[in-house]
Amino acid sequence: MRKTYNGLVASDDVTCRFRKGKVTVILGGSGSGKSTLMRQVVGLEKPDSGTVHFGDRELTSLSRAELYEYRKKMGMLFQASALFNSLDVFENIAFPLREHTKLADQVIRTMVKMKLELVGLRGVEGLMPSQLSGGMLKRIGLARAIIMDPEVVFYDEPTSGLDPISAGVIDKLIVDLNEILGVTSVVVSHDIESSFKIADWIMILFFGKKIAEGTPEEIQSSEDPRVQQFIKGSPEGPIPFTRTDKDFYEDILIP
Amino acid sequence: MNALALLAVPGRRVIDGVRVLGRSGIFLSASIFYGFVPPFKLRSLPQQIDFIGTRSISIVVVTGAFTGMVLSLQGYYTLSKFGATGMLGSAVALSIIRELGPVLAALMVTGRAGSAITAEIGIMKITEQINALEMMAVNPLKHIVTPKIFAGLISLPLLTTIFDLVGIGGGYLIGVKLLGVNEGAYFGEMVRSVEFVDIYGGFVKSLVNGLIITWVCSFIGYTAVATTEGVARATTNAVVTTSVLILIMDYILTSFLL
Repeated sequence: MRKTYNGLVASDDVTCRFRKGKVTVILGGSGSGKSTLMRQVVGLEKPDSGTVHFGDRELTSLSRAELYEYRKKMGMLFQASALFNSLDVFENIAFPLREHTKLADQVIRTMVKMKLELVGLRGVEGLMPSQLSGGMLKRIGLARAIIMDPEVVFYDEPTSGLDPISAGVIDKLIVDLNEILGVTSVVVSHDIESSFKIADWIMILFFGKKIAEGTPEEIQSSEDPRVQQFIKGSPEGPIPFTRTDKDFYEDILIP
Repeated sequence: MNALALLAVPGRRVIDGVRVLGRSGIFLSASIFYGFVPPFKLRSLPQQIDFIGTRSISIVVVTGAFTGMVLSLQGYYTLSKFGATGMLGSAVALSIIRELGPVLAALMVTGRAGSAITAEIGIMKITEQINALEMMAVNPLKHIVTPKIFAGLISLPLLTTIFDLVGIGGGYLIGVKLLGVNEGAYFGEMVRSVEFVDIYGGFVKSLVNGLIITWVCSFIGYTAVATTEGVARATTNAVVTTSVLILIMDYILTSFLL
């Protein structure tokens, strides 16, 4: 898969495979192209070249209506949760059901309560999103993402911006949902600690290129210095801290 | 610099401009088209009419009243020079019904509801609510924009009617009650001079304005740069563009309707 923005390569011939029923984590620093990669996989952005396969179908060439049929089998938790401010928690979670099904109110009520129980937040149905904390918003967003019982759930930086406990709760939820519902999970993250906890398979991106992949143990013991620098989070190493290639002294001394 | 390079900058501007026009045209036709494709989003239409129409009534009443009052005052001053103050009713009614009602009501709605439409859609974009709709297999245009456009088409003619009635009432208050114009002459001249084509023209203008406000404000919000600054700029841009377009379209429609 390949994608460029104004000449900047965001995804540089990346190939990835997400195993059914497993948790795959795409790790990478800010600007490494991991979110872009996920957006292309779900069809929010079109790759310049390359294909996306879901089961036996190729997704990039589908019409909008056909793509929407596949989207019903996908759930996505957005970084900012993306709940609708104008609707309360109950209506936010019930939204996909109201749009795509003709279920009776009683059934919708039961289903929403079940998902709320799963994320441990039964009882907040009547609150508005603005009344909830960041961690709660994420869990409500997750409840909405799984209300249609998707086959794949995508998580865009699920733990970033959360306190350690909320982040831990989200990690546990990702693993639980994976085990209870048997969904395939794809997580985009830069949170090393949580990634090693939840992942069955890890992929590391660096400036749009895949530099490593494997089980958490394989990644831990990788000998690639870039991988070691990334998982230790050290500022010194082959991954440069500065982005310019011009010499600093040259840049300030020569006008 | 050679001649080609000099042409490149304006050329780029023109191409970009044409591109925006084309995209906004597709945006509008798609949004209207989705209004006729089931399943229908009947739940959000009343909400949008409430937001664009009902909540604009107070501001339209106030501006309508003062417009009628000042027209009456100015008209009386001018007409009294010719000893024709009996014509005041028809002067006030014609100016309001043909011009000021549709235009001023639309400008007030642009400031009140149009800016809010742009900001709302822009913020939905920043917080990824539009992407979330896409991911839930819900067409964002159909869900967000279509109800707004139909609400605009329904609300603006009604608001304009309210503006017209209150304006004529304001004119009556000043002309008849304060300045002593004959009551019979005020309404008699009005009934005699206002024709169906005047009311029809005002109605057409208000419909077009309803479309312009919801279309332009939604489009600018939808295409805003997804940052705080981008949405702020888009909101200003939407109000300015919409207001200018309303005045330009008003001239074009008047020249056709005369």
